[in-house]
Amino acid sequence: MKSNVIKQIKPFVGSVLALIVASALVGCDSQPSADLSSSPDSTPAAAENTDELKLLYWQAPTILNPHLSTGTKDVEASRITLEPLASYDANDNMVMFLAAEEPTLANGGLSEDGTRVTWTLKSDIKWSDGTPFTADDVVFTYEFLTNPDVGAASAKAYEAIASVTATDDTTVEVIFKEPNPTWYLVFTGTEGMVLPKHIYQDYNGANVREAPANLMPVGTGPYRVTEFKPGDVIVFEANPNFRNADSVGFSRVELKGGGDATSAARAVLQTGDADFGYNLQVEASVLETLTGTGQVVATPGSDMERILLNQTNPNPDSGERSVLGNPHPFLTDPVVRQAMNLALDRDTIATQLYGPTGEATANVVVNPKQYVSTNTSYEYAPEKAIALLEDAGWVDSNGDGTRDKDGVELELVFQTSVNPLRQKTQEVVKQSLEDIGMAVELKSIDASIYFSGDPANPDALERFNADIQMYTTGNTDPDPMDYLQTFTCGDIPQSDNNWVGYNSARYCNSDYDAMWQELQAELDPQKRVELAIAMNDMLVEEAVVMPLVHRATTVGVNDRLQGLNPTPWDLNTWNIAEWSKE
Amino acid sequence: MPVYLLRRILSALLTLLIISLIIFLILALAPGDPMSEFANNPAISEEVRENIRRTLGLDQPIPVRYVKWLWALLQGDLGYSFTSRSPVIGLILQRLPVTLSVVGTAYLISVLLALPLGIISAIKRYSLWDQGLTTVAFFGISLPPFFTGLLLIIIFSVQLDWLPFIYDSTLTVTNWSSFVEQVKQSIMPIAVLVAFQTAVLMRYMRSSVVEELPQNYVRTAYAKGLTTAAVIGRHVLRNALIPVITLVALDIPAVFTGALITEQVFRVPGIGALLIDSILRNDTPVVMAITFIYAILVVLFNLVADLLYAFLDPRVQLS
Repeated sequence: MKSNVIKQIKPFVGSVLALIVASALVGCDSQPSADLSSSPDSTPAAAENTDELKLLYWQAPTILNPHLSTGTKDVEASRITLEPLASYDANDNMVMFLAAEEPTLANGGLSEDGTRVTWTLKSDIKWSDGTPFTADDVVFTYEFLTNPDVGAASAKAYEAIASVTATDDTTVEVIFKEPNPTWYLVFTGTEGMVLPKHIYQDYNGANVREAPANLMPVGTGPYRVTEFKPGDVIVFEANPNFRNADSVGFSRVELKGGGDATSAARAVLQTGDADFGYNLQVEASVLETLTGTGQVVATPGSDMERILLNQTNPNPDSGERSVLGNPHPFLTDPVVRQAMNLALDRDTIATQLYGPTGEATANVVVNPKQYVSTNTSYEYAPEKAIALLEDAGWVDSNGDGTRDKDGVELELVFQTSVNPLRQKTQEVVKQSLEDIGMAVELKSIDASIYFSGDPANPDALERFNADIQMYTTGNTDPDPMDYLQTFTCGDIPQSDNNWVGYNSARYCNSDYDAMWQELQAELDPQKRVELAIAMNDMLVEEAVVMPLVHRATTVGVNDRLQGLNPTPWDLNTWNIAEWSKE
Repeated sequence: MPVYLLRRILSALLTLLIISLIIFLILALAPGDPMSEFANNPAISEEVRENIRRTLGLDQPIPVRYVKWLWALLQGDLGYSFTSRSPVIGLILQRLPVTLSVVGTAYLISVLLALPLGIISAIKRYSLWDQGLTTVAFFGISLPPFFTGLLLIIIFSVQLDWLPFIYDSTLTVTNWSSFVEQVKQSIMPIAVLVAFQTAVLMRYMRSSVVEELPQNYVRTAYAKGLTTAAVIGRHVLRNALIPVITLVALDIPAVFTGALITEQVFRVPGIGALLIDSILRNDTPVVMAITFIYAILVVLFNLVADLLYAFLDPRVQLS
């Protein structure tokens, strides 16, 4: 009886299994599928309609007021309706939005002493509800952003301002507290989007969360919101009050959110269900298999994945962990740092693991281009590293497999966040360091803890309770001054400042600090570049921060979508007015 | 009966209070920060962080935050989301129709399929029918929704290009063609859910009927000369359905809170997807609200199940 039953069900199970295996195999092999889905008679719906743009953000926007947002995805979506005075393109040239012309010394827009900038605004601009845009809106935006009760995320750049006044409807005068070489960081780019005074004036305080415009913004941009479901979908229509309303490419724009990065990549690159996919954080090997309807566009920004060498001792047996009075037993030795630098195989990491999303680099400042040092280079030379260590007396004297000197063993704990790419990088680095006679223990911490900034959590990156750690950061605006500040002595997180600060390597060099002070006061653009490059070269030379990979953000773009022009200094949607579909 | 009801309601309120305290503490003490994306961003100063924390109410100690939250809750206010800065209740209500239409329909179909199939399986035990259904049920239970979901997408969206795999929540059904669109975009998420739920319910129904079949009253009914249909329909089912109804009642809260993974895979903007996204974004007020609503529904439907039980089975006395 029993064997009979098994005989009966066997073919059934077999065919089900065969079906699953077969379809899984077909799914992995993208070649036939690309042929199928891109054949002319089965053109997907999204691509058919050239009047409608479909954007896919797997991280869904939840708020459309960029200044209250805690994530780039919201700012991306806000940028479709809101505009700054000006922005910077990929070649670091200023592009005008609400401003009529670039303020310069020659046209009187900038003062000689660097404390004043005068913006002339375009005169014919209306908000999407028909109200005219004036200089008062810019003044209001300043008041709104610097109101502590509002809690605007973009407030820091505006702290340098003493006053903003509207001298007439189209002129705004910004006075800085001190001569400010980075006058162009306020009211421009990502953090400079101007809000309408008539909409927000009643919400300039703790009640800002009740402002309806947080979800239904009124802006000056090419499209305006008709429907917004936070975390799900935003529907835009062409803004009839836009200054170039006739040249806008679409009558309807839909921004769908949610899901995962891989299926978002599939929707844009393989099936054509969407025209644009944001932030495709997908492994290079998977991206390569998704082809047919779109391309991956990588924009190198200023983010750089780096390894930081703790200059203080994280060992609990040595007393208080990772504090300035307790120097690291061997990472303070320049020879060890140089040897580690020579042992890193950056090219392998960049090409094998990052693919189109990263490029090996030796520099700390990787963008804007004019600030990138050409004096530096990296080298993968394990033999040289070994020779350096041998010459300095780091030898395996007790035969335990790791080099030592005066009783100090070259044993490291290497921590980073949980992320498949980072764990693979850790493995490569571990192998390289072990090849030169060091012992490496790997540790990975959940990203929500590692990046929590929580001073009470010993695994937060600021605490740096490990010998080396790895993460990405960079300058978010086209001037590296704030970013270079993160390597100064004053920015070291310690118990007495409640572990606040970005200099997690605890690098402290008075020469470097002096150069930063100089940079802060320097107004001459050429000299600023020279100074910044000198500071970069000093950091590279010291090898406390070891740059690994210059990272790019990747987006998926349908082959029929035209006009995309990504820049590291603004959001992908910054020039959406120029997008169209053929 | 009224005394029993009152006692149950009072104990339910106490249970809910304890649950709310536990959820609140877990969420407040768990690592994670709504501003985690700002970590390492040199353009965000500590002062700015402090301002943001203060506007979100995170600067106050946990007991104060809990009392404030509880007080607001008693007034029907679930608070404001950290990431969209809008009322949580609005976010949930926005998601409710989609959740009910997708997850609710799926559950309804599951019940309608599972009950007859379970009965057939039980009556024709060890037949080809039973073995076939058992095998299918086995697949349904074993294959996780993210796998079946992906499988369906690859077959029906990528290969065949028949069905969309991005759920369009802006679609309003006004005519036949938009209805067809709505059906097309709902088929796959519903199918995935049905495959999973039907299997569980069917197995439950089957074992429940199997347990009743050898009973003496069934033999008596056959001896009286009743047809199989009458025996099953009028005698067996009455008894066999009691535990199944309890199970269904306890499943209903899950319908309201949505299907976490399936919604994520198909981009269905339901409450499950909202919960997952909010957890990922550390949007504590939303997570708190959804989990607490779930707790309320579970406690409520437990009570309903007990009352139903007494109603269906006269042997059960509530006291």
